[in-house]
Amino acid sequence: MTDASLEPGPVAIREPMRFRETRRAIRTYSRSFSSMLGLVIVIVFLFIAAFGPWLAPYPQDAYGAIDFGAKLLPPSAEHWFGTDQVGSDILSRVLIGARTTLQIGVTVTGIAILIGVPLGLIAGMTSGWISEGIMRVTDIFLSIPGLILAIAIVGALGPGIINAMIALSLVWWPGYVRLVQAKTLSQRNETYVDAARALGAGPLRVVFVHVLPNCLSPIIVKASMDMGMAILGAASLGFLGLGAQPPYPEWGAMISTGRAYLPDWWWATFFPGLAIYLTVLGFNLMGDGLRDVFDPRQR
Amino acid sequence: MLEPITTRPPDGPAMLSIRDLDVHFPLANGQLVRAVEQLSLTLRAGETVGLVGESGSGKTTVGKTALRLVKPTAGHIEIGGMDVIDVSARDLRKLRQKAQIIFQDPHSSLNPRMTIRRAVSEGLILNTDLRGRTLRDRVSETLTSLGLPAQFHDRYPHELSGGQKQRVCIARALVLDPDLLVLDEPTSALDVSVQAQILGILKDLRDTRPSLTQLFISHNLAVIRFLCERVAVMYLGRIVEEGPVEQVFDAPAHPYTRALLSAVPVPEAVKRPDRMRLSGDIPSPTNVPKGCAFHTRCPIAEKGLCDTTPPPALTPGPGRMALCHFAGRTTEQT
Repeated sequence: MTDASLEPGPVAIREPMRFRETRRAIRTYSRSFSSMLGLVIVIVFLFIAAFGPWLAPYPQDAYGAIDFGAKLLPPSAEHWFGTDQVGSDILSRVLIGARTTLQIGVTVTGIAILIGVPLGLIAGMTSGWISEGIMRVTDIFLSIPGLILAIAIVGALGPGIINAMIALSLVWWPGYVRLVQAKTLSQRNETYVDAARALGAGPLRVVFVHVLPNCLSPIIVKASMDMGMAILGAASLGFLGLGAQPPYPEWGAMISTGRAYLPDWWWATFFPGLAIYLTVLGFNLMGDGLRDVFDPRQR
Repeated sequence: MLEPITTRPPDGPAMLSIRDLDVHFPLANGQLVRAVEQLSLTLRAGETVGLVGESGSGKTTVGKTALRLVKPTAGHIEIGGMDVIDVSARDLRKLRQKAQIIFQDPHSSLNPRMTIRRAVSEGLILNTDLRGRTLRDRVSETLTSLGLPAQFHDRYPHELSGGQKQRVCIARALVLDPDLLVLDEPTSALDVSVQAQILGILKDLRDTRPSLTQLFISHNLAVIRFLCERVAVMYLGRIVEEGPVEQVFDAPAHPYTRALLSAVPVPEAVKRPDRMRLSGDIPSPTNVPKGCAFHTRCPIAEKGLCDTTPPPALTPGPGRMALCHFAGRTTEQT
């Protein structure tokens, strides 16, 4: 996107206005230091998630290689983040764990959007018992603390990374229903929806061409923030022993096993914790920046 | 200044025919808003009819219901001879091409995520087989003819001024070449200089498309007089007076019409002796007064008659109608 708008190619000539919008958005976003910091962190995280196995100095350590001769070594030139209780290189495990973390974030947020957005649209566009039913079920879900419910679901399904993702997805969608329903309610009373109906647009066209595109901005903002929150949720489940099981390289599970070695062997928990902290921070800062760009009050 | 329109005799087939229309909205507290009650109005092909009344009188509801954007509680509506109440969704879409509407607020009647070219194209894509180059040309031509040159066509609504947006809305309606156009206070959200531009465009429309039937909803009497041949005055969901514009404005038969006309500000320092003031606000449409709906504010209401008996539709002149017990008497007085 950035490259395309800087080069006056044939596309830019055909649709100059669209790129003017894009340039304006980029300008607004890049004005803020924290947004740019968030973007940089997210890009670094995505890069590590993509190339982690090749970046890691001891990739076999991520999958349960044991070397008791090298256990609990402090950070050094050889092991930048030190080693854990079975002598695995923590840097390697953190780098390779990024992919798991990304999978969790994308899966949980994605499933939550796939469930929540259609339900929100239906609840917002209809009235009567369908809408009431959807909203009351949503309220019930929202009234129970998400992590507690997720723990209960994992408890029922049995611990494991897949089950943790399923549990988190099942508690994550109600937020999207609320968001999309509220936005849809305000959009459907806009005059341009009446105008579209007067032009002969059917209900599906009204929803997908007129209402949904105008709900996208808050969905994108919420999704980028939820990436961070879902990662944190999965790490919490991992820490409680309900998510990924050791020696699987998941940050929450790494903290959980490292906890027994605190405070003397602090690096076993500190570096996975730092990775979680930075990733969640990055997604949140990026979400804040996107909100600034999409917020109509800025226009 | 532009010349007022010359009156044409109301002949020809009915383009829009509304009979005994009721539109009621239930409120959450169980009350019923009687927005439109027993309203009948006929627009002949090629005619421009004004619909006036103060805020809350149900003008906009009539306009939206005529195009079936609001579902009526009871009554009959025909557009070009086609019933629009009991039709299938598919037949209703066919109607969309024949009847279009322009809304009051141009700022909210354009989708903020669509370029104006897309906004104007939408009706053609939905209703015709025009695609690609021909579609593009047709849209550009319509926009340009309304004073929006090519450099505007790929802009988003928030990059345009209010007057430009309203011109896009007019283009969006006209590009379908409709037979009936409902204009719902098309100028009242705009500032005065822009109002003049839009009125000029609408006046030109009368000259360039004489077959277009227009229902012009407004509370601005000067605009109605300028653009319309006939006028219908609404009060609390009913038409209280109807007739040719000059006759109604020069010799109003209904006391409400007289009050409306005398409320028009005139740029003279002289105090008019015949100024007629109405006390109080328009009653709530959830609780319409018994008898004549206007009797609570009427200066000539008679106890025992107006507050008990609904007034008959009297004919104070040819082609005229007034819903008042004294419609004959008041015309003689003025």
